[in-house]
Amino acid sequence: MRRALLATGVAAAMVLAAACVAEEGGSEPTPDTVTLLTHDSFDVTRSVLEAFERSSGIRVRVLRVGDAGQLVNRAILTAGNPEGDVLFGVDNNLLAEALEADVFVPYASPRLDSVPDALELDPEHRVTPIDRGDVCLNYDRRWFEQRGIEPPSDLADLTSPTYRGLTVVENPATSTPGLAFLLATIARFGEDGWESYWRALRANDVLVTDGWESAYFGEFSGAGGGEGSRPIVVSYATSPVAEVVFAEEPIERPPTGVVTSSCFEQIEFAGILRGARNPEGAERLIDFLLSRRFQEDIPLRMFVYPVATDAELPPVFREHAVQIPRSLSLSPDAIAAGRRDWVERWTQIVLR
Amino acid sequence: MRRLAARAALAAPLLAFLGLFFVYPVVAILDLGLRPHGVFTPSILLRPLVDPGLRGVVAFTIGQALASTALTLAIGLPAALVLSRFRFPGRRALRTLVVMPFVLPTVVVASAFIGLLGPAGPVAAALDALGMDVREGLHRSVGAIVAAHAFFNVAIVVVVVGGTWAHVDPELVDAAAILGAPGWRGVWRVLVPLARPAIAGAALLVFLFSFTSFGVVLLLGGPTRATIDVEIYRRTTQLLDLSTAAALSVLQLVFVGALLWLGAFVEARAERQTLQPSSAVARAPRTLGEVAFVATTALALAAWFLPPLGTLVVRSLWGPSGFTLERYLELGSLRAGGILAVSPLAAIATSLATSAIAVAVALPVGTLAAAAVARARRSPGLLGLVGLPLGVSAVTVGLGYVVAFDRPPLDLRGSFLALPIAQSIVAIPFVVRTVAPVLSSTASDLAEQAADLGASPVRAALDVTLPIASPALLAGALFAFLVSLGEFGATALLARAGQPTLPVAIARLLGQPGEAAVAQATAMSVVLMAVTAAGALTIERVRVGAFRRF
Repeated sequence: MRRALLATGVAAAMVLAAACVAEEGGSEPTPDTVTLLTHDSFDVTRSVLEAFERSSGIRVRVLRVGDAGQLVNRAILTAGNPEGDVLFGVDNNLLAEALEADVFVPYASPRLDSVPDALELDPEHRVTPIDRGDVCLNYDRRWFEQRGIEPPSDLADLTSPTYRGLTVVENPATSTPGLAFLLATIARFGEDGWESYWRALRANDVLVTDGWESAYFGEFSGAGGGEGSRPIVVSYATSPVAEVVFAEEPIERPPTGVVTSSCFEQIEFAGILRGARNPEGAERLIDFLLSRRFQEDIPLRMFVYPVATDAELPPVFREHAVQIPRSLSLSPDAIAAGRRDWVERWTQIVLR
Repeated sequence: MRRLAARAALAAPLLAFLGLFFVYPVVAILDLGLRPHGVFTPSILLRPLVDPGLRGVVAFTIGQALASTALTLAIGLPAALVLSRFRFPGRRALRTLVVMPFVLPTVVVASAFIGLLGPAGPVAAALDALGMDVREGLHRSVGAIVAAHAFFNVAIVVVVVGGTWAHVDPELVDAAAILGAPGWRGVWRVLVPLARPAIAGAALLVFLFSFTSFGVVLLLGGPTRATIDVEIYRRTTQLLDLSTAAALSVLQLVFVGALLWLGAFVEARAERQTLQPSSAVARAPRTLGEVAFVATTALALAAWFLPPLGTLVVRSLWGPSGFTLERYLELGSLRAGGILAVSPLAAIATSLATSAIAVAVALPVGTLAAAAVARARRSPGLLGLVGLPLGVSAVTVGLGYVVAFDRPPLDLRGSFLALPIAQSIVAIPFVVRTVAPVLSSTASDLAEQAADLGASPVRAALDVTLPIASPALLAGALFAFLVSLGEFGATALLARAGQPTLPVAIARLLGQPGEAAVAQATAMSVVLMAVTAAGALTIERVRVGAFRRF
């Protein structure tokens, strides 16, 4: 009988503890909270966010839920009953799918005046462009200089024996730079050629990671403070600027270079999620993301370009950022129609 | 008549719960996948068998499960023999070391093997010193997956096969020796045949667990390798390809159903023999050969089981400037949580709360189910329904919750309760397995006698059944707690973005680049391991042999 009492006691105590923690842990955001659902690469200067919170009286809760692919899929699976109010991080290449799933509600921010029309891919304003950049191959200058090897100058170079086992790319199923790079190869080699290109790349020992962070900081040899050993990586045209900014000692020239012929444009959008608990706060947050203060914060936090024409670039960007000739592109319609199939075929070719 | 009413009273809430929180979401997900655009398309079901990529996934799933089973038996059978038939110093400790990994959460084992075989681990360092190129580590290999599965599952062989051997009358082996089969041939002629059903049953279980492995393959396999379960997860979260996910779920269900049926068949054929108490069986090794065998096996087991766990602990305490407690002292800080946006301590609190609710649900439901199972021993339908959660991919269950409970009156998506309820579904079979044996034997006989003497069913249950069953209930509750604490399949899909459980937090940090995030994950894994080990030791104390049935 004593054991029975003990068991009941333990059970009761556990339920009680659960109730307490659940109460605390499960507390719903207060009415003046706006939840921003975003990917792992989102970043903002604390003081910039706090200034917005003070002036608007809105508390911003930032939830990072993995890579952009997972973020968008989560939003699609929970369409109409979202986990947050605003989603930031859907890019031009994933946009069609999110719009089709009816994830967002329209909102035209007054700040759209200062955004070039070319970046507004949804005429109904269900999403708002926030930043843009280019996904490009980066290489570790020192690695190539030390060995007296020319760094690659074209996508086709990567399949040559000279560059065997040197490249790390992201999985296009899970990572938006990975997807942009796959699209770059489709734009470069065409519907008929991209599959054999990737077969050759696989035969040349390409390494695939699930996300940009693990590719760039985990496997790439040129990242400051990184631990990798491969000198070629899929990253951004602006990554070398970041290397200058974060260098431990001031440096004249970025330690990494960009293969400018390999670039594919990426525009990132934010949108108000259908079923948001705080739609008014969500609108204020979108305005904030387009505000000069936030737009000027973007380059040095996320190392991509702001979309607002009145946002000034930091000097280090003007000095070190590489100009990208617009050579590789696909129409949004072609991307929307082909993406799933391409990613699946890519998975067959490269991963299985 | 009263019996029938009692059975209905038992079965109704049970069926209602399982129907609503298990069958309905699983059916919902299958429905969604198999009826794209509202048209039932059975050809989708054949996709995993036709599509070359998916065929590769199926082949890999079976291949690695076979390899894992072979390796597990190769380590487990000598271990079972030594631990069940011999007495030697350190036997208890060795047994604990061998059995414990079975209850460890998959993410803990994965992070242990990443620590051991990864680029910064001791194995890579040793091979590097030998001049081999291991700059990318060995943790993303089939070998690492198979080794991790064997690490988990040797416990099954030791418990199930050792459990049989521990009761084989020594005189049988001696008799074989007298009849001219000395030493090892006695083992071969007597012990192996007697344990054949146990070996087959253990092998089946090991195969089943390796076949449905999720966390280990997701974390150690890298992007290139997938079991069916991992592919279901990827198709869902990455490609949003619910049709293929559903087809894979059905395939997995069919496979697992067949395995469980085979298991029941093997169990039914198990020979009954005169059992000896295990204390009377084990003895000190006598001949030099026996001493050598016991010593080698014991050392080999220690060499197999200690390094992964040891590396985990050491790495959690080792920083850039030597020994440090920093990762433990900073468990409460947001900074240590990094990408999680919550502190590791908050993740621990979420885990404890979730698991406590899961136990509060799984214990009563599981006990009801155990009572029903105990009464209806010849009703395989019910047994199957209760056991099925073991076989349905937890990922499928989680996905089903996302899809099925998305509108009022049952809108669980924003609710804290979705996760613990899903975890309780995973934990219920473990409660049933722990509690049912007690209810089916003495307890029910005694309760019936009490009823015959005029006690009301409630009285009989409270005064007779409960005291007898309470150790089993406590063990069942602890078991459910441990299963829920380590659950990763359903949790990976259902954990809310701002409230990761400890396993989810560990997996997220392991996916981040940089030594700091991995080291923090390591410290959190040690915490999870400590909690789990404490729970498992308590189960062993409460009810020796609680593991026996798994």
